[in-house]
Amino acid sequence: MKTTIANLKVGEKGVIEDIALENIPLTLLEMGCLPGIDVELLQIAPLKDPLYIRVNGSYLAIRKETAQQITISKL
Amino acid sequence: MGQKKSIKVALVGNPNTGKTSLFNQLTGLNQKVGNYPGITVEKKTGLLKLSAEIDAEIIDLPGTYSINPTTLDEDIVLKTLINDGHEDFPDVIIVVADVENIKRNLLIFSQIKDLNIPTILVLNMSDQMRKKGITIDLEALKEKLKTEIILVSARKGLGIDEVKKAIVNYKELSTSSLANIKDRIDSVFFSELKKTFPNNPLYKSWLLITQADNLDFLSVNDRDLVNNFRTDIDKINKYQHKETILRYKKINEILKKTYTLDRTHGTDLRSKLDKILTHKIWGYVIFALILFVIFQSVFDWASVPMDFIDSSFASLSSWVKTVMPPGMFTDLLSEGIIPGIGGVIIFIPQIAILFLFVAILEETGYMSRVVFLMDKIMRKYGMSGKSVVPLISGTACAIPAIMAARNISGWKERLITILVTPFTTCSARLPVYAIIIALIIPQKRVLGIFSLQGLTLLSLYVLGFASALFAGYVLHKVLKVESRSFFVIEMPDYKLPSLKNIAITVLEKTKAFVFGAGKIILAISIILWFLASNGSTDFKNAEEIVKNELKDSNLSQEEFNQKLSTYKLENSYIGMIGKAIEPAIKPLGYDWKIGIALVSSFAAREVFVGTLATIYSVGSDDENNTTIKERMAAEVNPETGEKLFNFPVGMSLLIFYAFAMQCMGTLAIVKRETNSWKWPLFQLVSMGILAYVAAFITYSLLS
Repeated sequence: MKTTIANLKVGEKGVIEDIALENIPLTLLEMGCLPGIDVELLQIAPLKDPLYIRVNGSYLAIRKETAQQITISKL
Repeated sequence: MGQKKSIKVALVGNPNTGKTSLFNQLTGLNQKVGNYPGITVEKKTGLLKLSAEIDAEIIDLPGTYSINPTTLDEDIVLKTLINDGHEDFPDVIIVVADVENIKRNLLIFSQIKDLNIPTILVLNMSDQMRKKGITIDLEALKEKLKTEIILVSARKGLGIDEVKKAIVNYKELSTSSLANIKDRIDSVFFSELKKTFPNNPLYKSWLLITQADNLDFLSVNDRDLVNNFRTDIDKINKYQHKETILRYKKINEILKKTYTLDRTHGTDLRSKLDKILTHKIWGYVIFALILFVIFQSVFDWASVPMDFIDSSFASLSSWVKTVMPPGMFTDLLSEGIIPGIGGVIIFIPQIAILFLFVAILEETGYMSRVVFLMDKIMRKYGMSGKSVVPLISGTACAIPAIMAARNISGWKERLITILVTPFTTCSARLPVYAIIIALIIPQKRVLGIFSLQGLTLLSLYVLGFASALFAGYVLHKVLKVESRSFFVIEMPDYKLPSLKNIAITVLEKTKAFVFGAGKIILAISIILWFLASNGSTDFKNAEEIVKNELKDSNLSQEEFNQKLSTYKLENSYIGMIGKAIEPAIKPLGYDWKIGIALVSSFAAREVFVGTLATIYSVGSDDENNTTIKERMAAEVNPETGEKLFNFPVGMSLLIFYAFAMQCMGTLAIVKRETNSWKWPLFQLVSMGILAYVAAFITYSLLS
């Protein structure tokens, strides 16, 4: 099922399929957020934004607007 | 004695890998912190003595995830490494990597390696390997990465000697490339690039054409050649993304054979702590408690050293007066310079204690959780979660606080943070608040426990934060600044703070204050002293004029001195300034003496108390031991015959000081950080108008 990181629930995992490159920072790619990589949503901040994820062995917080740009298939 | 040999070493690596810990281990206190010319990234260099003949000059480059220049920090790293004529161009590069997150850390390593400069890979936090279930085939990894690899624990000081040895022997290191970007992205394009710059490493030529900002060192001809390749920027961006993906592929291949991670060993300390610390209720409760403890300690712990500094400088002044011959120079020293220096030193305890806490919160990894918790809230006010650090730091001093806004990535969010930080109640406002509250608020208790004076002070702190947020909200709506803010933060592992790192951070921040604000406060104190001890011809002939006026009356020597001093003050330059602005400040309830204090506060707020002390010490001889407060309380408004510092005037002053931008040090820093006079002037004018109007309304309503 195709969706974005923004639609994951806490504890759910997915594999990154596609990234809207023009709308996300290169830094995120450089941290290893790349197609084919597993991503897990660890926590959502109390006000539903930002999202706390694990990707490529890194623990990151990104805003929802960025998470919506990363398409994944749910595991 | 022969010439000493100096090896230039650059430290490169991701943030949170302990790069700075390694730097501290290698250089100890032999460090210099400066700024890169024209921009606001800190430049840290240090000296390491390797042997009697060899020194190493170590430069701690900013922590970055890559050397593609998308941020100011990356730009610095690129600029240093791409130009072999650069003053900091290294003989050898040390890439510091976190052993636990080796994959991500190898991205920048693989980029650096392709520049064909001798490179050492340091795997830090190696003491954690067993606990985390990590095994590495070190020899195989060395071979695949074509480099020397050293396991280190910078916090525990393990492996440091091996690093030093590797620096000495840097000439033995391989300089061959790692990734082959040429054939796997676009072989035609890259062959062409290689042909154009046959003497460069291909990756270096590629870096040159991915950006246009760092080409000054090239010849005009070469610059044209570079620009010929930059006709299709979209293609370059696409290749940049491809390159990153390719590098990760290569890294994954290498690590598959050399690195294993047994996840069952991983502790779940992180997830347990995260559950509590970022909980929707407990997260905020804990943050509020921590803030409370910090502010409590800042005031409690700082009061003893502050009193000590205060009395030491006072006695130093009077000691100088007694031992030195009377005259201009003695006056300058005892009334200008010594109180001026004292006025800087007195803030050190509070600033050091506050930054001690901030450093601990950052070192333990907690601060990232606060950023995570606060981001959504702060965005409503045009800021980012990262703005929390400057706003908290602002309660000590706005100068280091505004510098702490540097790591906010979006320009608009950073600008708003810089603009509103001076609203937070800094320690320079505290002495002003303290003396006015003591004058106008009775020492009563509310509900039997809370002191009314304490509550007033607390309300002023709340007012400071509230106006910072409100101003942020307004600026967010009004400012038309094009900026995309990309918010990505790392949530580092929780760890015990390293004493050495904290000590060095506190030292640095305190120095930033002393040399940033200190110089200005000292200079203004001297100018003020000059303006108060010189004046018009009436000032110079004061003694005769007053004698003449009073020759018929029968005054004691003491009363005569009092009249004389008052006359002198009125006719000094500063008195003339005070009188000149009196019409403007009368609607706020102030007289010309308060006017003098207001003018002098435009340098720095705390000068208010000192100035009033000078003004009201007029006429009191040494045996007369009344305090400034008592003298101010006794001051009478000559027009109404009532007390000058009554409730409406006091409240009007409190409000004025809460809002007005009265700190030259801050204005200078804002100018540097925003690189224009526009924003500090905007702050000065808008906060000034706000202060005037608010104080006018307060005074009118209350009187």
